[in-house]
Amino acid sequence: MKVVRTLAWSPLLLLAVAALSGPAFGQADLSGTWLPQFTEDQPERIPGPDLVDYLGIPINDAARQWALSWDPDRLGLQEHQCQVHTAAYIYRGPLQLRIWEERDPQTQDVVAIRNYISTYEQNRTIWMDGRPHPSDYAAHTWMGFSTGKWEGNILTVYTTHIKQGWHRRNGIPSSDLITLTEHFIRHDNHLTHVSIVTDPIYLAEPLIKSQDYVLAGNSGGNWLWPCEYVDEVPGRPHSSVPSYMPGQNPFVTEFAAKYQIPVEATLGGPETMYPEFQQKLKDLKPPPRSKAAQAGGNR
Amino acid sequence: MTAAWVQAATGASGCARERRLKPPLQAKACSTLALAFAWGALMFGQRSTDGDIHILKVQGNVYMLVGAGGNITAQIGNSGVLLVNSGNGKMNEKVLAALRTVTDKPIHYIIDTSFDPELTGGNEGIARLGAPVVGGNLGNSNHGAAIVAAENVLTRMSAPAGQKAPTPEGAWPGVTFFEGDKEIFFNHEPVITMLTPNAHTDGDTIVFFRRSDVISTGEIFNTVSYPVINLEAGGNINGVIDGLNHVLDLAIPEHEQEGGTYIIPGHGRLCDEHDLVEYRDMVTIIRDRVQTAIKRGMTLDQIKAAGYTKEYDPRWGSKTGSWTTDMFIEAVYKSLKK
Repeated sequence: MKVVRTLAWSPLLLLAVAALSGPAFGQADLSGTWLPQFTEDQPERIPGPDLVDYLGIPINDAARQWALSWDPDRLGLQEHQCQVHTAAYIYRGPLQLRIWEERDPQTQDVVAIRNYISTYEQNRTIWMDGRPHPSDYAAHTWMGFSTGKWEGNILTVYTTHIKQGWHRRNGIPSSDLITLTEHFIRHDNHLTHVSIVTDPIYLAEPLIKSQDYVLAGNSGGNWLWPCEYVDEVPGRPHSSVPSYMPGQNPFVTEFAAKYQIPVEATLGGPETMYPEFQQKLKDLKPPPRSKAAQAGGNR
Repeated sequence: MTAAWVQAATGASGCARERRLKPPLQAKACSTLALAFAWGALMFGQRSTDGDIHILKVQGNVYMLVGAGGNITAQIGNSGVLLVNSGNGKMNEKVLAALRTVTDKPIHYIIDTSFDPELTGGNEGIARLGAPVVGGNLGNSNHGAAIVAAENVLTRMSAPAGQKAPTPEGAWPGVTFFEGDKEIFFNHEPVITMLTPNAHTDGDTIVFFRRSDVISTGEIFNTVSYPVINLEAGGNINGVIDGLNHVLDLAIPEHEQEGGTYIIPGHGRLCDEHDLVEYRDMVTIIRDRVQTAIKRGMTLDQIKAAGYTKEYDPRWGSKTGSWTTDMFIEAVYKSLKK
């Protein structure tokens, strides 16, 4: 009887939710300044991920070797100092996200939805007028080329032509062939952003992430930070690119030892995303704390 | 690309029919040209196969034409047209038609960034339809556009007197230089052709359009494969890396490592500095690994089996075709053993 009563009430509940959610069944207006909430995945998003923490990222073997050979010193090279998070990653970090619509002055149709992302002063355009994506020969950018459409009250955005970057800022690479599908879902003064990244080069399965924002009262928190690169290591040969030889990353066990997780789990891969992996973990042991990686190592 | 294609291409070069060269010289010349053709064959299979020429405005005076084998750079203005490379020659009519969509001015210059048939195959046909820059007493007795290149491009496209050249005379560069830069002021813009010694070959150049802020790299950079190093024609991995770093020195991004100087690769899509940085990093890291392995006494076979390019292979490598990952590793190895 209890089940029947609940079912009988459900249409009314649904209507009530719809009424309280504002434009839930029409095209929402995303305009405003949004601030991210960091209660989810905070260690990765604010202080940053540990080295060799690839947990739950569906990377393939090639990405793993890329990441393990990546030396953070590389970020000190002039050409990498001002490297921006790509559109597939930038929404995870500290930022102020300002969204507004651009309308055709004659028809008042929405031509584009603009994003200003305070981090690295990135401007992003989501074209809503049905234009095609550029040719395969066009240049790639950090934010890529985006087209959007409304699916009910969800803005779905498809992006191509994104530069090579990282799926996680501890060396996991993202190729210049990624495609990004996003869903922007407004719930009154709350915004959920879902991103689905496919990478034919470095991901074995799509990487799906979500993050949430709240509507801010002001838009004064921008980073006015035109990055200027400098020579951070005087005397370093111009052609030097810091990296580790395969198999010689000195930090492979550091994260695993710190949190007492088997190394096999920290190295990521699609199986680490699924609950069944917990069964495998029972047969694996974390490295002893005393064997945490020492600083330095072979390059 | 299939061996049959390569054989056909090699045959088309005329090497198989050449009888006057001494055997060792003939073999060397043929293998050098064969690799150049093979590179073209590989690249043809990895890019536009729709049979059309795609023209893309880059910035300033500069356009990029894709679909004629190697990329063609076109600088266009009131003074006329300057091309960097002419494509494989099979698409000349469509190349000219594409140019005519943006200008009716004559072609005055073709700059060859190396001798590869993918880049110089259109020389003869396109130059013939061009126009010399000067006239009167100073005019070129041969009508047509001037072809500019490093001296070694001419050497490899021609042959000593009495011997059969691998390419027709009308395709040869007539304005060559041995060292430093070749400077041209054209369409209100300095155009600087800079030698890149012993990189893809021993006759490579990059071309810098200083006002438009565009660099055309030729074969030292592409977005579709590991760099092709033609050891027989004087190529070397260290020269490739030096060339890439030279381009990085010239390029300046506009904002947050994006835009600013645009870079037209020998093959593939339009780039800016960041794209080239990642390519430079990749090539340098592989060079360093092979160098370390050599110091450890590893053999070429051991190095090939070590998986030193594993993270780059899905994007840049190939197990089949005329420029495989193994061939690239071997070229790096032999470069470093020299």
